[in-house]
Amino acid sequence: MTKSECPVSDGYMYYRHKLPVRIIHWLNVILLPILLMSGLNIFNAHSALYWGKSSYTGNPPLIELRSKEGEKGVISGVTRILGNEFNTTGFLGASKNAAGELNRRGFPSWLTLPGTQWLSMARRWHFFFAWVLVIYGTCFVSYSIFSRHLQRDLLPTKEDWRSIGKTFIDHLLLRHPTGEAAKNYNLLQKLAYLAVIFMLFPLIILNGLGMSPGMDALLPGWVDLLGGRQSVRTIHFIVAWSLVAFVAVHLFQVIVTGFWNNLRSMITGKYRISSEAEHERK
Amino acid sequence: MNESNDITRRNLLVRVLAGACALTLGGCQKLSESTWFSQILGTGEKVTYKVQRLLIPRKAMAQEFTKADRSPLFRSNGTAMPNNPAYSAMAGRGFADFRLKVGGLVERPMSFSLNDIRALPSRTQTTRHDCVEGWSAIGEWKGASLGALLETVRPKPSVRYVVFHCADPMEEDGSSPYYESIDMEDAFHPQTILAYELNDEPLPVANGAPLRLRLERQLGYKMAKYVMRIELVEDFSKIAGGKGGYWEDQGYEWYAGI
Repeated sequence: MTKSECPVSDGYMYYRHKLPVRIIHWLNVILLPILLMSGLNIFNAHSALYWGKSSYTGNPPLIELRSKEGEKGVISGVTRILGNEFNTTGFLGASKNAAGELNRRGFPSWLTLPGTQWLSMARRWHFFFAWVLVIYGTCFVSYSIFSRHLQRDLLPTKEDWRSIGKTFIDHLLLRHPTGEAAKNYNLLQKLAYLAVIFMLFPLIILNGLGMSPGMDALLPGWVDLLGGRQSVRTIHFIVAWSLVAFVAVHLFQVIVTGFWNNLRSMITGKYRISSEAEHERK
Repeated sequence: MNESNDITRRNLLVRVLAGACALTLGGCQKLSESTWFSQILGTGEKVTYKVQRLLIPRKAMAQEFTKADRSPLFRSNGTAMPNNPAYSAMAGRGFADFRLKVGGLVERPMSFSLNDIRALPSRTQTTRHDCVEGWSAIGEWKGASLGALLETVRPKPSVRYVVFHCADPMEEDGSSPYYESIDMEDAFHPQTILAYELNDEPLPVANGAPLRLRLERQLGYKMAKYVMRIELVEDFSKIAGGKGGYWEDQGYEWYAGI
């Protein structure tokens, strides 16, 4: 018997996500792709990442997306990571534009905002929405603390820690909590959300500000504590892709733990808790 | 049977998603090209300007480095040799007859020879140059304090911006000379100098000889090279494209502190 055939009376609806959580979630859905893609357009203006205070102290670059011109002027895309070269023609270093011609560019058109290589406009998108993110992010963190969402739903409990081994193995085997246990976030989920909210977001904002020559003057030398101006550019980039990795795992989990139930709960707040009897039938 | 149904359904879903993405991206491109949306996005710059001005003390100094941090090569970006016969001729004479004109809303319009500029209070600073493209280079600059220079011409109280007119044309036909503008707070910052030396050598042509602006708390494009004339104004909306600088007229932000 598949889930969709189950009558609702087999379980009951549980109010899982409060309105502020749902609003923040959907804002993230809109904002993160905008910030990522405008960021990649900005990156394309100088498609190399270094470690150090300048682009010379950190030479050769850690990561570089380049293009090479071969025989008969045919260009190919090359990705260099820590000295290892890969041919990435069509995706990184060189990719097709809207007219279907192979062009020199770091990330391809379909991953950047705007799709054309347009640094000034990408910066406008990026900095406008960075402000939006900082403002609603601050509101959300304050809400989480004052409404006790943080303490109640996100901070791991003693029981969570005690069952750490079991939770880990269950995750690997894709055995997900059902019934009453599905009401709360499990330990790994809590740790993932906490890491995103209190580590990745603050890190990406801090390292973004570290690239600002204005903010650099706030406390002379603070940027060097993070490795220097070119290092913060690299960290900003790595954290951005860490957020992408989080989203990928998150989407996978959303799908395997009941896509429609999860989607509904993030729209209306209501999550269907299936009855224990149903699990026995399965 | 069931499986093939699943596959077509999955295909359909992928196509719908791809279609939605293409529509969204196309829409974003349209938005980028529209004036109204670009203006909304532009409010981000105004907020950044206000917040940074509020947060960062007036005289807060940009980080300075040691000689050991200097980049082996100070990259020349943009113009490396102005396409301007008058400039080339002057460079050929070693800028012996160079005169920096300072005028606009001032009590005492003046012109300065390179020797006059060298006689002004100077500052030497090893700083990091951050290009809007993303790269950074560190160099040691020596130059005349812009604040000291401005005091000698006595700005009128209505002055709000300092405009730098440059010798390098940005169009191939020799038109659109580079220009930039900064506010008075930046103009009187101790690290704001008209540099005439880079790494203990006279400023090379590739880096803006004989004079370039150093504005250490903003990005590279603000630091005009080949400065020929300084104009003090109340507003810059009547100059060239009206946005306060060559790159600003191309859509870059006037405030480049981020």
